Amino acid sequence: MIQLLAPDGTRTPHPELDAVLEDAGLATPERLRGYYRDMVMIRAADLEATSLQRQGQLGLWASALGQEAAQIGAGHAAREQDYLVPTYREHGVAWARGIEPWRLLELFRGISHGGWDPNALRTHPYMIVLGSQAPHAVGYAMGLQRDGVVGTGDPGTDTSVLALFGDGASSEGEVAESFTFAASFQAPVVFYTQNNQWAISVPTQVQSRVPLAQRSRGWGIPSVRVDGNDVLAVLGAVRTALDAARAGEGPVFIEALTYRMAAHTTSDDASRYRPAAEEEEWAAKDPILRLRLHLEALGEIDEGFVTRCDEEAHDLAMQLHHHIHGMEDPDPVHMFDHAYAEPHPIVEADRADYLDYIAQFEDDEQTGERA
Amino acid sequence: MNAASPEGTDPIATIALTDPGEGLTEAEILEVKVAVGDRVEINDPVVEVETAKSAVELPSHVAGTVVEIVVSVGEEVPVGAPLLRVDTSGAPAPASAAPAEEPAAPAEQPAAEPAPSAAETADEEPKNLVGYGAATAPQRRRRRRSAQGQDGQGQVPIDRILAKPPVRKLARDLGVALHDVLATGPEGTVTREDVLAAQQRAMSGEPAAPDHEYFPEESPQAPEGLGGAMKSTRHQPFAGVTSDERTTRVPIRSVRRRTAEAMVASAFTAPHVTVFNEIDMTRALEIVTHLRSSREWADVKVSPLAVIAKALLVAIRRNPEVNASWDEAAQEIVYKHYVNLGIAAATPRGLIVPNLKDAHLMTLRELAEGISELARTARAGRTTLRDTRDGTITVTNYGVFDIDSGTPILNPGESAILGVGAIKEKPWVVDGQVVPRQVATLSLSFDHRLIDGALGAELLRDVSAVLEDPALGLVWG
Repeated sequence: MIQLLAPDGTRTPHPELDAVLEDAGLATPERLRGYYRDMVMIRAADLEATSLQRQGQLGLWASALGQEAAQIGAGHAAREQDYLVPTYREHGVAWARGIEPWRLLELFRGISHGGWDPNALRTHPYMIVLGSQAPHAVGYAMGLQRDGVVGTGDPGTDTSVLALFGDGASSEGEVAESFTFAASFQAPVVFYTQNNQWAISVPTQVQSRVPLAQRSRGWGIPSVRVDGNDVLAVLGAVRTALDAARAGEGPVFIEALTYRMAAHTTSDDASRYRPAAEEEEWAAKDPILRLRLHLEALGEIDEGFVTRCDEEAHDLAMQLHHHIHGMEDPDPVHMFDHAYAEPHPIVEADRADYLDYIAQFEDDEQTGERA
Repeated sequence: MNAASPEGTDPIATIALTDPGEGLTEAEILEVKVAVGDRVEINDPVVEVETAKSAVELPSHVAGTVVEIVVSVGEEVPVGAPLLRVDTSGAPAPASAAPAEEPAAPAEQPAAEPAPSAAETADEEPKNLVGYGAATAPQRRRRRRSAQGQDGQGQVPIDRILAKPPVRKLARDLGVALHDVLATGPEGTVTREDVLAAQQRAMSGEPAAPDHEYFPEESPQAPEGLGGAMKSTRHQPFAGVTSDERTTRVPIRSVRRRTAEAMVASAFTAPHVTVFNEIDMTRALEIVTHLRSSREWADVKVSPLAVIAKALLVAIRRNPEVNASWDEAAQEIVYKHYVNLGIAAATPRGLIVPNLKDAHLMTLRELAEGISELARTARAGRTTLRDTRDGTITVTNYGVFDIDSGTPILNPGESAILGVGAIKEKPWVVDGQVVPRQVATLSLSFDHRLIDGALGAELLRDVSAVLEDPALGLVWG
């Protein structure tokens, strides 16, 4: 397992990745402070989302608590032109790609199909169905090959795809099929799995007899294991892999070892199946804390910065709170608007039927009081 | 909508029960974490509820002073019901009102961490430090409901039993332990009726012996008790079943309990006698091997058990008095002119004994097909009540567990049960020579009220004779 930052903040040199980070300017003190702020912010947004769900404002929330480094690192490792294909628990990746947290919350509130323009932000919509995004990612990467934007040697042109999925999804057939196509066509795709140890209530060791990273090797896809709570290791490994892929060297598989500190979703109660001792063990490997300790050792962070981050994070949470609590329910007819890119007779018929259906309730609404 | 803003609207905000899961309709109040007069901040946990899925803390969506608490601990409330009311018109929070610790914050700040305290950084506008850095706010740690259970027995965690909150409450009110309740609801849920029935049973003084006394070889309550702690499928009592499915499925328990109740009733009411006989199964197995390799039987699963069942049927034909039952109520012995042959089946849900109706009319092929069908149905958990009713005599094959011998317990309502041990290659004397033969021990338990020792011995001897020399089946069958 590649680790550059130990849980106590100790920095271990890694000649290869250090060179990559240095060349790309990804490990300057300013950047490190930025990653710290990002992680603090996204954690606050995550906790706020859980509260909003408990307050009846979101249908569901899938917390990424504890996975901040694995996500902020991966998100920032991608170049602007790269295309990211996330799961539904990629709030840190979304943040790093410039997607505001309220867009994610609207999705979990059930009033938005996606929330952002995937082409503009070069980030695919969240995918709920496990593993289903992996073939999309490979297909996109094969399309890049056909567009001639792979292996040209121009770093501003060459593009690769980052396919994200969890340890549970890595057992899905789609991921296996994706490995096959990616290997056969040497597609410019990096498979990135955040092994957060639990597929809902199934631990990783039940799913796989070998470390997940080994799974791709049977396809001839090289793989690497990194400490997913170490933002620098993630950054270095993902950037290296993406650059190799864009240069035409084929796919890479990265397993980032991290931990889902919260339950699977707000509908789950993790204390029913996993020991508290395990949670405590991982709490000691907290990704935010170790970056802060590293920055302190470098003398590159002061209390004022820490406080400002916390205050900004608090304000972000409160903004989200008021934004979501103040939302009006949208007209349900809008749900038909983007079912297809172009008008479709069946969708139009459904829309008409639905309008008739809700018309029945309008009398009630006019006479009755709204709760 | 939830008006958090004090200006221009009603300053009294109501905190209502939300649906904390997906599609839940009610919850039980576990703890009210605030009192009237308390100051709450946005996202402070105010009430802990238990739903059918989990125990969760509900955070306040407003800041203010608690003016009324509507619910009380233990109460069942529907989603949407008011829990408490908060006056949001008051002054902003005093600086001492630090935010509560976020429930699932991953990193408790280690003591060594030079944490900025809220007091140091606070100017006139105190900030809540969300999640990270809230070291100055040591508030209640989220109360975890441990899997070690809270009831006196501490054996079956109550929250692994499927029951809706109102049913749990009823059980608590009646003093009925949920793990003592035989679950009959859909997917093994405990229903209101089940709780009432359990209470009736308890009051009538019916013996409620713990299951494990009668199943010493099985982990008592393994599904519920161990499942949660077991992670790899290898350690699951029943392979192929995921731990949470298995551990939360109450039908396992209910089947086991019925088994135990039946066994207790049987062992206490019928005076059992068991006789044993060690026999040479070599020739019977030759038939099995022959049939297995024959093309006409290719689609039939031929097991030694089918041949043994046939031998038993032949022996019953010679000793029909064993195929009878004791009718205590009518004070009669009922001799059956038909044989419904029970086949004891170990299933993931426990021992069940479906029977082959009118087995006395069946050919060996029909027996073989019938037995594998019964076993398949039983393992799939689709055995119907009808399949298990009106058995007249039973075969139990503990040999599949590689056990040589045992004393089978009568299936209630029946008078005899044949036990079959593992078939093993052993030295055997044939014509004065010690030769290796396929040997098994048969055991026969019978109800001594109906069957005297001579009759029981004769039945077992006839079964043995047919198995040792299958040609006798032609003569006697």
